[in-house]
Amino acid sequence: MNWLWSNLDLVGELMLVHLALSVPAIILSFVVSVPIGWLAHRYRWSRGVLLSICGLLYAIPSLALFIALPAFTGLSLRSPVNLVIALTLYGVAVIVRTSADAFDSVERDIRQSATAVGYSAAGRFWGVELPLAGPVLLSGLRVVIVSTVSLATVGAVIGVPSLGSLFTDGFQRGIQIEIITGIVATIVLALGLDALSVLLGRLLMPWTRRASSNGRVLTARRVREETA
Amino acid sequence: MIEFRGVTKQFPDGTIAVHDVDIVIPPRKTTVLVGSSGSGKTTLLRMINRMVDPTGGQVLIDGTDVATVDPVKLRRGIGYVMQNSGLLPHRKVIDNVATVPLLRGESRRAAHAHALELLDTVGLDRSLADRYPAQLSGGQQQRVGVARGLAVDPNILLMDEPFGAVDPIVRAELQQELLRLQGELGKTVVFVTHDIDEAFLLGDQVVIMQQGGLISQAASPAEILAHPADSFVADFVGADRGKRALHVTEVDGRRVVVDADGRAAGVLAS
Repeated sequence: MNWLWSNLDLVGELMLVHLALSVPAIILSFVVSVPIGWLAHRYRWSRGVLLSICGLLYAIPSLALFIALPAFTGLSLRSPVNLVIALTLYGVAVIVRTSADAFDSVERDIRQSATAVGYSAAGRFWGVELPLAGPVLLSGLRVVIVSTVSLATVGAVIGVPSLGSLFTDGFQRGIQIEIITGIVATIVLALGLDALSVLLGRLLMPWTRRASSNGRVLTARRVREETA
Repeated sequence: MIEFRGVTKQFPDGTIAVHDVDIVIPPRKTTVLVGSSGSGKTTLLRMINRMVDPTGGQVLIDGTDVATVDPVKLRRGIGYVMQNSGLLPHRKVIDNVATVPLLRGESRRAAHAHALELLDTVGLDRSLADRYPAQLSGGQQQRVGVARGLAVDPNILLMDEPFGAVDPIVRAELQQELLRLQGELGKTVVFVTHDIDEAFLLGDQVVIMQQGGLISQAASPAEILAHPADSFVADFVGADRGKRALHVTEVDGRRVVVDADGRAAGVLAS
């Protein structure tokens, strides 16, 4: 435990560094996967191709990707940007199928009715399809949050500091508490971001909150009204 | 006035949904398109606001071919009510009613104030304004759907089986409500249903359609009953059976009307 108390600063700092690596990757994965998911939803013929290609990304071993990427980006191996790009690719692989499903989950009737009352194609995407795909998109985002935060630790192996540095350092120097601290801090970070995303979802999608919390009351009320 | 001139719709797979249809839909009256599924009635309705474009012929509104009008602009000027209300589940009732005025760029405040008045018009309590559609009963949702259709005070109101998914008691209530509204507002209503009783109740003009998008007869309910155009129409409206085949019998000096099964339907007023 002594190690932990004398290195609290280091742990705090690595947590921030870890956040700086994972949060941009999470946001980028989301932003990139939404249009791909929409395309896969909108153009059936593209679905198989798009989803397979994105899914295959996940099959590339992470270390290999970290090492191979600089050849394409021209950045140094240890550049955090490199790691963010790699994490984004994995994030997209994880979330893109859910994104397509999210748009599929919007009822056809509702899309048609939006068109019928005069939504333009763009207006319908932003005002109807995207918000209604929200709950499923959020479930995908939550998986990406946890997987990205955890995967970011691998960067330590190639020399990009993160909470993973606590594993590598702990192994090399035989400090068990340092390894455990690394694991716990990673989990705490993942859970914290996950909780934040759920909270954000409740704020941005108030209709889902009402529908679920009032479900029972509603049914009772509806039955009463319809039998009255 | 809405006019169909030689309108045909053939889908890419070869199915003919509507075949060479000519109808005139008079202004400020209710025209009901009725037929079984596959008769092309919904397709015909959707050609009015360009949800479907015909493959032949023209649809004209007050003499203008709708094909020459931007579809989004066209739809914002025509009320549309559909089955299962078609409300946006993520918007509150008030925002749903105000949808089209907001799309047209009206201020939020004006649109909301008007939306509250529309809730009164369709017989809904203003306290429902802040609910989400899922928190309403089926009948209430349908009323919100009608309020939304009326929000821009359109001349034309398209109704696609709007009462198809509610129970019979609520349906009867909504039908009466529509008759009342139509009496007050005098819109050009085009109403689609597969229920001939609903068609006769609501329609000034009833258009009976059969498989393959052919029109069998377009006339007033009384005329259809008096002179069904062919055996299909006679059969469809049930002119020769059940509660429509009425005859008069004399009971203790009063003339009582009974149906084909001998059940008393009423007394003949003399």
